Amino acid sequence: MSGTEDILETARAWRAEGEKVALATVVETWGSSPRPAGSRLAVTETGRLAGSVSGGCIEGAVADIARQVMQSGTPQLLDFGISDERAWEVGLACGGKLKVFVEPLA
Amino acid sequence: MTPETLETLQAARAARRPVALLTRLPDGAQLLYPDQPVPAALAEAAEAALRDDRAAPVTLGEESWFIQPQTPPPRLIVVGAVHVAQALVPMAVQVGLAVTVVDPRRAFATEERFTAGATLVDEWPDDALNALRPDSRTAIVTLTHDPKLDDPALDVALRSDAFYIGALGSRRTHAKRVDRLTEAGHGPEAIARIRAPVGLDIGAVTAPEIALSIIAQVVAARRGKLDGAP
Repeated sequence: MSGTEDILETARAWRAEGEKVALATVVETWGSSPRPAGSRLAVTETGRLAGSVSGGCIEGAVADIARQVMQSGTPQLLDFGISDERAWEVGLACGGKLKVFVEPLA
Repeated sequence: MTPETLETLQAARAARRPVALLTRLPDGAQLLYPDQPVPAALAEAAEAALRDDRAAPVTLGEESWFIQPQTPPPRLIVVGAVHVAQALVPMAVQVGLAVTVVDPRRAFATEERFTAGATLVDEWPDDALNALRPDSRTAIVTLTHDPKLDDPALDVALRSDAFYIGALGSRRTHAKRVDRLTEAGHGPEAIARIRAPVGLDIGAVTAPEIALSIIAQVVAARRGKLDGAP
């Protein structure tokens, strides 16, 4: 099971309300990443969040990039890891590494 | 993801139809398997992802793809729309199970008693279970305490590939049940599939506590962490 909560249904409802929506998906993990590949986070331009791609460590950073992706319309593939300076900034303290794909729902 | 792809995914989910979403990284081009034609190597990876119910990255020549399976949620069939069932249903929904509650007694299986997303069936348990065709993605738990209702359900459950079978009742109640099921032609190995007394031993007393112990045992079975799981 890639997840029990229906994040896509929430994303669909938000879009139906006229929100701009982006989807983030964990596509690869190494080490002790808290959420498995396939885990999803939906983000709106107004800052609503549903689901998760980590234990809460990188959701803020992913949401910021998700808003850029909504604006540009271009997907982004993000790397988070302990060796990465960004990881320290956003606090991926568990020592795991993961790749997150962020795409607009459009 | 295009709105059209999203609609197809959600329609497949509603119809309990397994599909895999194939995403090319990093440009985000997407294909749906088996709805759209895909290269053989990707089709093979999609089949494997659906079989194992596990998302996976795949390299196809120079291209990176991400394969995300969407399989129908596992089911929980609850026999007996009793007090424990009322506590069990919302917990089961929370952990992602599609729940059906079976009880032919009209006063029990009512919308008023079950508001949280369960399908209610007021047929006899054996008829209901035969119609629901339990498979390896189905858990079954009997809660009525009444052999007239529990036994026919267990009879069907034991003939199925259900990944979990649990029956409420004390050790003494279960010993008598074992005798009846043996008489009905079930062997000791089949009968040993029944978890009874039902639930993990957490000293549960109240209805919600019993429901919690049952749902924990169902999750353990689903994740392959239950001792002696079939």
